[in-house]
Amino acid sequence: MFALVDVNSFYVSCETAFRPDLWGKPVVVLSNNDGCVIARNSEAKRLNVVMGAPFFKQKDLFRANNVTCFSSNYELYADMSKRVMDTLEAMCPGVEMYSIDEAFCDLTGVRNCCDLEDFGHAIRQSVKLNTHLQVGVGIAQTKTLAKLANYAAKRWSQTGGVVDLSNQARQRKLMAALPVGEVWGIGGRLAKKLDAMGIKTILQLADADIRFIRKHFSVVVERTVRELRGESCLAFDEFIPLKQEIVCSRSFGVRLTQYEHMRQAICSHASRAAEKLRKEHQYCRFISAFVKTSPFAPDEPYYGNSAAIKLLTPTHDSRDIIQAAIGCLDAIWREGLHYQKAGVMLGDFFSQGVAQLDLFDEHRPRPHSEVLMQALDELNKKQGRGTLFFAGQGIAQEWQMKREMLSPRYTTRLTDAMVVCVR
Amino acid sequence: MKFYQPAELRVVAALPLFGDLVPCGFPSPAQDYVEQRIDFNDFMIAHPNSTYVVKAAGDSMLEGGISDGDMLVVDSSLTAEHGDIVIAAVDGEFTVKQLQLRPFLQLNPLNSAYRPIPILNEDTLELFGVVTFIIKARR
Repeated sequence: MFALVDVNSFYVSCETAFRPDLWGKPVVVLSNNDGCVIARNSEAKRLNVVMGAPFFKQKDLFRANNVTCFSSNYELYADMSKRVMDTLEAMCPGVEMYSIDEAFCDLTGVRNCCDLEDFGHAIRQSVKLNTHLQVGVGIAQTKTLAKLANYAAKRWSQTGGVVDLSNQARQRKLMAALPVGEVWGIGGRLAKKLDAMGIKTILQLADADIRFIRKHFSVVVERTVRELRGESCLAFDEFIPLKQEIVCSRSFGVRLTQYEHMRQAICSHASRAAEKLRKEHQYCRFISAFVKTSPFAPDEPYYGNSAAIKLLTPTHDSRDIIQAAIGCLDAIWREGLHYQKAGVMLGDFFSQGVAQLDLFDEHRPRPHSEVLMQALDELNKKQGRGTLFFAGQGIAQEWQMKREMLSPRYTTRLTDAMVVCVR
Repeated sequence: MKFYQPAELRVVAALPLFGDLVPCGFPSPAQDYVEQRIDFNDFMIAHPNSTYVVKAAGDSMLEGGISDGDMLVVDSSLTAEHGDIVIAAVDGEFTVKQLQLRPFLQLNPLNSAYRPIPILNEDTLELFGVVTFIIKARR
């Protein structure tokens, strides 16, 4: 038995949890560099605030209706997410984090102790109590059905935010009422194709002949159909698969024109990527860097390019990775352009740094690299990010992303702690 | 050229060599009693997932031991009881007050210069959490 637990308008709820003055008022959260609206609460939805639409296009609407805007406060969201996940861990036999605000819970055996719907309400209450965030809970035999149950819990408020869909009659009733596009894993194009074949409701998909589905669609769709019939195909992933590549990239707060700034950005991305690599206990051989200008800038030719270096010996030393990334940058850098984005990618992973040493390799393993990197990561973990960094990353990073409407990092910085009035 | 010698040379005496490893110096008598240093997190944070740190601003709780600038440790998972110091949302603002449940619901300041806040409807009272510790910096 699975439960899908997800937080209602997570980003916005994190912001308002610490701002009672905003309760019941329209609030939105903006993407990196305050570009687009990426989250809104129901009050903002009612004003027809469009998700994914550029901030500047909706500025007048916001001003006229007193919509409060926040830049993405990832420090706060990450901590609140951890509180939610830890609360779930304490209650459920197993938890698999699916995204920052969603998790699949393994409810094996819970039925023997209590009613599943009551358990769903208990989860809801605990999360609310601990984090002041509201969650929806969907319970069913398979992940796909749990996702569907969660959708129902959110859509119909009479459910009280919890739907137990383990009963087959209830499953069929719900599936008959919803269009096939609402199924997890059935996107717009697939839904259209199914529609053309006469499969309009989810129930029709669940009842379709499995041979017919296999003939016309991929194995993924077949699996979805089986899951809708209550046959669990997507197991509980206790082991997170190892990453095949690591990418660190970001759009700049302002367009970059100077080599020095770009070098700092590439250096920062490279050292961040190296840090991630070490966290995965991996070593890489493939290092690449890319830069690009905005494809939408008027009167300016678009330029985007990347270069890569393949080392002979796998490494996870920040110094090697920075050096290689800067080498890549030098190969693709062009003067006189307004760059919008840059990034670093690592690939070709090895689980250890030992390999055949080559007499002619310029990148030899550095002495004491292991210990030094460990000390670097340890310090940045204990004393906070950015305690120890490479000079190449620059001190005043003018290219950093723009977050002009950032709220305090209430839960992760003492200096940002919430102020309560004692009047 | 003058040759310096660190110390005068003495006759080399042959001494028996014992193959066993012998720890140097006097063994610490406290070695078997080593404990972790005191960590205030263990003491003040019983429920990490529901504990928040907030800063107090104002003087309405002076007699309750809360002065301007104090740090408050707040646990959201606790059920507030009569007499607890709580963080509550009043008129769109978080405020620290003592919770009075009997004989009627009210939020009391602990400073005679301030007036109690009556709560007419129990459902309208939104509590953020219960204050479990007050941290004061003396210098």
